Amino acid sequence: MAFKEYRLGSAMVGGALGLSMIITIFMPSFDLRSAVSTKMALEKQLSAGFDIGFGYADPLLLGINRPLTVVLDADPKTGAKFDPPVTAYIYKPGVPMPPNIRHPHDLGKGVQDLSEGLGQIGSVSGSNHRVGTREGVVFTVGLGEFDGEELSYIENASATRGWTPDATLAAAGDKNTFKISQGKTEFVVQGCWWCHTLLPEQTQDWQVFGAPPYLGDFNGENPTAFGSDRKAPDLLHVGSRNSSREWMLLHFFNPRLVQVNSIMPRFDYLWGEKDAQGNVIDYDKWRVEYLDYANGKRVYPPEVPDYAPDSEIRALIDWVLSLK
Amino acid sequence: MLLKYLTGKNEDIPAGSSAIFFGFSAIFWFVVGTGLGSFNAAKLAFPDFVTGTELFAFGHMRQVHVLAVIVGWISMAFAMTMMYMTPALGNTKLWSEKLGLWTGMMWNIGLSTALFTLWIGITSGREYSDFAWPLDLVILLGVIAPLCINVIMTIAHRRTQGIYITNWFFGSCTFMVGIVLLVGNSPEYFHLTGLSEAYLTWWNAHNLLGLWITPVAAAIAYYTVPKLTGNPLYSHRIGHMHFWSIIVFYSTPASHHIMSSPIPEWLKSFASVEGVLILIPAVAFVANILLTMKGKWTLFVENIETKFTMTGVLLAIPLNMQGGFQQTRSINWYIHGTGWIVAHAHLALLGMSTFLEIAAVYFGLQQMLKRKVYSLALANIHYWFVLIGFCIYWISMTIAGLIQGAGKIYEVPYIDVVIAEHPYMIARWVGGTMVFTGNLVWLFNMWMTARVGTLVPEGRYAHELAYDR
Repeated sequence: MAFKEYRLGSAMVGGALGLSMIITIFMPSFDLRSAVSTKMALEKQLSAGFDIGFGYADPLLLGINRPLTVVLDADPKTGAKFDPPVTAYIYKPGVPMPPNIRHPHDLGKGVQDLSEGLGQIGSVSGSNHRVGTREGVVFTVGLGEFDGEELSYIENASATRGWTPDATLAAAGDKNTFKISQGKTEFVVQGCWWCHTLLPEQTQDWQVFGAPPYLGDFNGENPTAFGSDRKAPDLLHVGSRNSSREWMLLHFFNPRLVQVNSIMPRFDYLWGEKDAQGNVIDYDKWRVEYLDYANGKRVYPPEVPDYAPDSEIRALIDWVLSLK
Repeated sequence: MLLKYLTGKNEDIPAGSSAIFFGFSAIFWFVVGTGLGSFNAAKLAFPDFVTGTELFAFGHMRQVHVLAVIVGWISMAFAMTMMYMTPALGNTKLWSEKLGLWTGMMWNIGLSTALFTLWIGITSGREYSDFAWPLDLVILLGVIAPLCINVIMTIAHRRTQGIYITNWFFGSCTFMVGIVLLVGNSPEYFHLTGLSEAYLTWWNAHNLLGLWITPVAAAIAYYTVPKLTGNPLYSHRIGHMHFWSIIVFYSTPASHHIMSSPIPEWLKSFASVEGVLILIPAVAFVANILLTMKGKWTLFVENIETKFTMTGVLLAIPLNMQGGFQQTRSINWYIHGTGWIVAHAHLALLGMSTFLEIAAVYFGLQQMLKRKVYSLALANIHYWFVLIGFCIYWISMTIAGLIQGAGKIYEVPYIDVVIAEHPYMIARWVGGTMVFTGNLVWLFNMWMTARVGTLVPEGRYAHELAYDR
């Protein structure tokens, strides 16, 4: 180590790497931090909640301690009818907060001001992002005006309207409750994103897969799971192309039921052991009957069982249909 | 014996123990990784192959294949070469064989744990940094840091005046990959979100390739080619140009991986230009090695290590031509996200990089075991299986990618693209299975080498001896 040229060399390696990191990380960070959340970003953030990947609240990625999305026809507190219906995001006690409740700056100029002012997100009590709150919180997306511009913002409906998680959940009922966050967890865990991208390309995807996203469409999302290896249709706007729950049901159970040439794996195991009526699903029998159908020995394929309300497939379909 | 060394004194451990340990671990993970690759490819060709079980679904297996190959095979082969090349080039012993063995131990345990958790679905959902962040930290602190310390301390304790280009790469790359893992995983440590998360994911992925896999593989060739041919390196100065231009140009174009996302336009343009400039280190490397071969091209046929090394170097030519230009906007819009990229990734990792490492592992294991390779015939079978398997894979995926690209811009219904790709998916599976079979042969061959290979006399190199079978 006595030779000065090696000290110089080491310093130059550090200098070069440092410079490269200044250009590729420090400088873009100003652009990226100035992104203003769009309505799409707020809805995605509130419905997905805190990081979908490995975390303390859900270390095994089972989809537990996750927010619920509900569609309300009436105000859970006053009973006043809503037209059109209002979407609310229920964070029960112990469910980690969405990331930008703790870091409102990342909402972007205007959205931050509105969320902290009209939306009262600063009043979320004990807003530790990891452990959630003691009483739970209900959020909605509000529409306000900032500097003459219409912007969506996060509204803490528990503070502004006095909604509690339990009352909101009861008002919505199971039919209007969507397990979008758990569904995105399934998307990540089952590796759907190894084939289905979430990024329509700026050059040619407009007509088939919909508009490519804007700068502010991702604020508060982790992971973004764009995907890189598209072996299947892009899903960012899939809910706008196909909103049929029945089609999804058939397609997930065995994609070859609706598209004979599909190479998608069967996700029948997400149904679990029992169907909606509580009967045990006989997968072996189903497969034998399907094979008969595929070989032309049956005219119709066997019936796909209805999923149970607490099955994983319900959450996954909820999430897929939420991608508008 | 391993247990004895792990708890024993550093002085009592024979030189080369950690290289041997790393070498066999690397081959083992290569067999596992390519086996998984073959399995996954079968599922893409025949979707109802092993169906209805969560753990054997494609989405649970794909990332295990990728990381088993990158962290298990490629990186462990790198560690293996560092364990014997760094001291040899410094005319000294490895700084600590014991630390080397512990690193290998931690590596195998950490990687097995990480791959198992990934397999059952515990993931961060970020490509190439899929492991849950505590496991990222284990890999960083338990594997990369001790490796870096061992390499840099060995270089510091060298008994030669200069530092050869290979050691420049080894010392700086082990350090830089640590920085890359630290910064690249920050979205998980600090819960960054949105485009920052997406960008850092690809910053991490790009720099793992740019500051770890590509330069270390090249550094290996800078050692093996002069050693095997007996020719001195054509130009140490061109080697330095390679080194410095890698650090300056290869560390910057991360955003060309997400050209179609709404990240700042200046960043994409900058990345695109820097991406083309990677041709400078690339051409410097290939030219330097090819000129070093001058007058010794018969070894390309006669000597198995040279055969593998030069194939890797020659594969670097299409690799760099693809890599330099496919990320420019004018080409990227056509092939982004298609099988072309999959083909390119395999050209880099299974083509160029793997061939260079296979040669170095052959060379190093013979050297450290002091035994001649058991069978040339088996080694040749290994070579041709990996090469032909790779070529089938690369060509079929390139064609599939071009089909996908055409389908994309002409807005063909997606299912028609899937139908058109089907034959190439079968070819991909055949190619991948050939690579896997070749590696099984290799594992057997090296195992037999360790047991019954002819002993190499003191002071001789294994490649100077005639082959036995």
